[in-house]
Amino acid sequence: MQTSGWLQLAAYIAALLAITKPMGLYLMRVLDAERKTWLDPVLKPLERVTYRVLGVKPDREQDWKQYTLAMLLFSLVSCLFTYAILRLQRYLPLNPQHFGPMSPDLAFNTAVSFTTNTNWQNYGGESTLSYFSQMVGLTLHNFVSAAVGIALAAALVRGIARHSARTLGNFWVDLVRITYYLLLPICLGFAVFLVSQGMIQNFKPYTKARLLRPYTVSVEKKAANGAALLGADGKPVMEEQTIKEQTIAQGPVASQVAIKMLGTNGGGFMNANAAHPFENPTPLSNLVQMLSIFVIGSGLTYYLGRTVKNQKHGWAVWSVMTTLFLAGVLLAWWAEAKGNPIHQRLGVAAAGGNMEGKEVRFGIFNSALFATITTDASCGAVNSMHDSFTPLGGFVPLFNIQLGEIIFGGVGAGLYGMIVFVVLAVFIAGLMVGRTPEYLGKKILAYDVKMAMLALLVLCFSILGFAAWAAVSKWGLAGLNNAGPHGLSEILYAFSSGAGNNGSAFAGLSGNTPWYNTTIGLSMLIGRFLMIIPIMALAGSLGQKKVSPASAGSFPVSGGTFVVLLLGTVLLIGALNFLPVLALGPIVEHFLMFQGKLF
Amino acid sequence: MTQKPPSLFDWHIVRPAIGNSFRKLDPRLMAKNPVMFVTMVGAALTTVAAFAALTDRGFIIQLAVWLWFTVLFANFAEAVAEGRGKAQADSLRKARKETVARRLRNSREEKVPATDLVKGDLVVCEANDVIPADGEVVEGIASVDEAAITGESAPVIRESGGDRSAVTGGTRVISDRIVIRITMERGHGFLDRMIAMVEGAKRQKTPNEIALTILLSALTIIFMLVCVTLRPFGIYSHTSFSIPVLVALLVCLIPTTIGGLLSAIGISGIDRLIRRNVMATSGRAVEAAGDVDVLLLDKTGTITLGNRMATAFVPAPKVQPEQLADAAQLASLADETPEGRSIVVLAKQQFALRGREVAQAHAKFVPFTAQTRMSGVDFPAVDGQPARTIRKGAVDAIRIHVDRLGGQFPPAVSASVEEISRAGGTPLVVAEGREVLGVVQLKDVVKGGIRERFAHLRKMGIKTIMITGDNPLTAAAIAAEAGVDDFMAQATPEAKLKRIREEQANGHLVAMTGDGTNDAPALAQADVGVAMNTGTQAAREAGNMVDLDSNPTKLIDIVEIGKQMLITRGSLTTFSIANDVAKYFAIIPAMLMATFPGIAPLNIMRLHSPTSAILSAVIFNALIIVALIPLALRGVAYKPIGALAMLQRNLLIYGLGGILVPFIGIKLIDLVISALKLA
Repeated sequence: MQTSGWLQLAAYIAALLAITKPMGLYLMRVLDAERKTWLDPVLKPLERVTYRVLGVKPDREQDWKQYTLAMLLFSLVSCLFTYAILRLQRYLPLNPQHFGPMSPDLAFNTAVSFTTNTNWQNYGGESTLSYFSQMVGLTLHNFVSAAVGIALAAALVRGIARHSARTLGNFWVDLVRITYYLLLPICLGFAVFLVSQGMIQNFKPYTKARLLRPYTVSVEKKAANGAALLGADGKPVMEEQTIKEQTIAQGPVASQVAIKMLGTNGGGFMNANAAHPFENPTPLSNLVQMLSIFVIGSGLTYYLGRTVKNQKHGWAVWSVMTTLFLAGVLLAWWAEAKGNPIHQRLGVAAAGGNMEGKEVRFGIFNSALFATITTDASCGAVNSMHDSFTPLGGFVPLFNIQLGEIIFGGVGAGLYGMIVFVVLAVFIAGLMVGRTPEYLGKKILAYDVKMAMLALLVLCFSILGFAAWAAVSKWGLAGLNNAGPHGLSEILYAFSSGAGNNGSAFAGLSGNTPWYNTTIGLSMLIGRFLMIIPIMALAGSLGQKKVSPASAGSFPVSGGTFVVLLLGTVLLIGALNFLPVLALGPIVEHFLMFQGKLF
Repeated sequence: MTQKPPSLFDWHIVRPAIGNSFRKLDPRLMAKNPVMFVTMVGAALTTVAAFAALTDRGFIIQLAVWLWFTVLFANFAEAVAEGRGKAQADSLRKARKETVARRLRNSREEKVPATDLVKGDLVVCEANDVIPADGEVVEGIASVDEAAITGESAPVIRESGGDRSAVTGGTRVISDRIVIRITMERGHGFLDRMIAMVEGAKRQKTPNEIALTILLSALTIIFMLVCVTLRPFGIYSHTSFSIPVLVALLVCLIPTTIGGLLSAIGISGIDRLIRRNVMATSGRAVEAAGDVDVLLLDKTGTITLGNRMATAFVPAPKVQPEQLADAAQLASLADETPEGRSIVVLAKQQFALRGREVAQAHAKFVPFTAQTRMSGVDFPAVDGQPARTIRKGAVDAIRIHVDRLGGQFPPAVSASVEEISRAGGTPLVVAEGREVLGVVQLKDVVKGGIRERFAHLRKMGIKTIMITGDNPLTAAAIAAEAGVDDFMAQATPEAKLKRIREEQANGHLVAMTGDGTNDAPALAQADVGVAMNTGTQAAREAGNMVDLDSNPTKLIDIVEIGKQMLITRGSLTTFSIANDVAKYFAIIPAMLMATFPGIAPLNIMRLHSPTSAILSAVIFNALIIVALIPLALRGVAYKPIGALAMLQRNLLIYGLGGILVPFIGIKLIDLVISALKLA
């Protein structure tokens, strides 16, 4: 754990802190249609035209059911739209590589994945998708699924801030304004910056490069039907293959990467994601990409404080997120820097720790930091192989996702997930001040507790249920490339990533099978939409409540005590559920590593 | 009067409670408490497994036994809480023994069993008759012994009309004759409701209790999922988790501690109120009392002692204070009003003056009349002493009196009078002959300690509003002295009702006390309305609590008891959830040890063996319920220190404590188990 790492970490947090307030203030303007932004001269006419085309009456607000229904319908239609593009890309333009259609299960998985802001990829982008599929079918969702998340968070915050109110805003207005005023302009600037760092942005066919020094690899010999040939000993027959050429993928990368990060989508243009030189060319691009993952989530905490007129509450939530983030980074960094004792014993360990699966340009600290950030927020972009982390290093991303993506989290989703914990913390500890628990003056009653717990239950069910099924079914086991606890971690990670709408993969798991495509697709749908419904019901319930005026007897939702309380609630209620299975996965693996056993 | 609670483990309560703990195993009863129901199912499964087991049978039997104990301990907690109430109820029930009523029909008396009475019947009660049912005195006045319900042996007066007309079935008339109109049929009477409440028979879950039950049930479902999925995960890891072990893990993780104690906390909260002689009509009302943040308090009796008292002698220029005190005392000796008596007492306290020579002095007392608006005393001239004429009275009355005698009303005295008025006092001017001696200051005396009490309430975020019929000037002065946050002067019942509505519209929850019929609308409107037992039947019906002692100060106690109940629930929930950490560290390593011996460092408590670790966690989980029964019944200490301070304190004790205590407890149990070679 070198000084340079500490300095970078400090710089990262300082930068995050610095952009939180400006972002929060801008969010206030975007999310309140009455307010003006400096983009109004350009975008206001466009906004008006959009409403006219969509037939939206912008000043008609919706109650929680209408809002949720609009969101669900929009997501359904856009999901089907993308599914159609993926299946029909052969007939659509911008397909210089002439890629054929995606298989039905993979297309389902991919369409769901992008609709739910998960961006789990069971395919390699550059070898499967046309530019049109990427730019229209997927990028569309990169924008709107992010906008949906932010809109839902805004609706929940309005529910908290309003009182005796039936409505929470208008979904279509939120969707349009977030896309036009927030995501598009920032992405435009961001993409230009990325190009300045050397990121590519073109529509060229892939480039073939002749290797200066051809090399040979030994690969499994395939029969005519594509199946691996087995020798007499039952092992695959290997054959030598000489590689003389390299295909260098091209494409409109910068524009995709901007929204991939800002919208915590994480779906890479390239299969190697942010480890690919074209997707992450410089240390500066790496830093700015990491910042852009957290910026909206962080700004939303300021937006929360500002909107409910208790800025300290917003900062308390921010502090909890930052504390959990720091704890994760430090553990992952420590574990990776410590490295693998077996490698060390054999004298093959890289200096400075575990470098397996890491891009040498980024090294240990920036890999650990990126891994933590991308799993704190449900981004899922990666610049290293989480699968190759040490057991504890890999535990951190897994744990982050299982907490429910609440450490800044997916744009919007992080805030509304965290507010579920706030409500639970207030309820449990609120009784201890001798009053019916109150969150910012609103009594938390049976209905609210029910909805908050329902959201938790959904997450738990879709992770543990599917993972347990995978662990004992032949379809689940078929996809495993690693045995023992590490294989369990891979299964667990896949469904956690799906249900948590993260989208990063532990790799090592062949997810592109009909079974995994379907089950992970379902876990993404459940983790997104079945969680949103109770949360929106909570928003509706909170909005209708009366506010009791604050007094010395009110429950404090700011300050150190509240921060500790919320941390404790997140860890006790959110994490303990996963501890037994984590013990069977990364924790056992960690101890076995010290006994000289690897998987 | 406050009744002493019985000792926590009074044998008369404990013995039936033990039996009841078994009776409560009825699945239909258990189903009401999802957490304990799951525990019971787990215990049953483990029992079956114990019979089927080929290996480790001793261990599984012990597990089963402790799981059953967990359920029984929870039932026991509830049974003890109910038992304590039942003891109260039994004494109440004695009062309800069959009585014969003397019903008036067409002004003829007939004897009917009390059970036949219907609403609107008129009955006669004379000395030694037991009042057959709740009603209102429509004729006569009588002293009534209400010891049956209040425990207070001094009889109280009940009379027709006015605010002391309500009588309660089961109480006894001691003297005189009254006619009562029955207002409540038997079985629905006050005493019946009281018995039902105390016994918890009609106990309905309060809103917070429902919310908490949902939280606990949801946690139970989550942990069931965790334990059920562990089996496939175990199969994957080539580890077989047996059913008893999974049940042990489940029971340790689900919040059995609070699940087992939840109903005991609710019952004992009501019980505590009853011991302070307050009857709540529902647990909901008690809970609402904890939420109250505005208290409407009647000035008289709550904030001030009943009457105005003399508090200072302010002499006129060139008059000695003793002289003024002496004259004032003489003028008041025959004055039997509390104000008059207080002047005598004050003179005695300040100047050691006693009214000794009055009897010999052939004094002639002049009583207060509406015409003169003065009272006083005349001494004839004897033994060389000149005759004395002392008068005391309102300032203008004395002014006229002195003017008539040709005296001067000194401007300094006028100034004193004004000053006293401005400070909320009542000035009483004393004159001897034509000379004005000075002013006696009469004031409402604020009860000792009440100011501190209001300060505490303020710290808890509760606003106090004083209600008084006084003029605004006087009211403001008393309000300032007592330290209330606000006051309503010249308050009418309508104004009170309006104020309550306003406060409620602003999101406040309001509590008030009242006794008269005209208080009834306000009592009904308030979130917590405490009717005085001496009050009218209408008031008692309108409120949701009745104070049997008719002590308005008790409103503050009621609020504290309500808060205490909520705090106890929250603290034990926090404790219960925090306990899980240690249990994980006990059970998870134990479960994995057989397949992955390398996990040994995770066994941070260094527990003896996997079986002893699991058993210790389960035993701790069972015993902690018993250990916390006293706390559940007594309630977590309530201190008026503000929400933040209280949160910090309780988080430290029940949150951090909840994490640490089981580490120690499980380790100790493990030491005992391994020493006894039980596992």
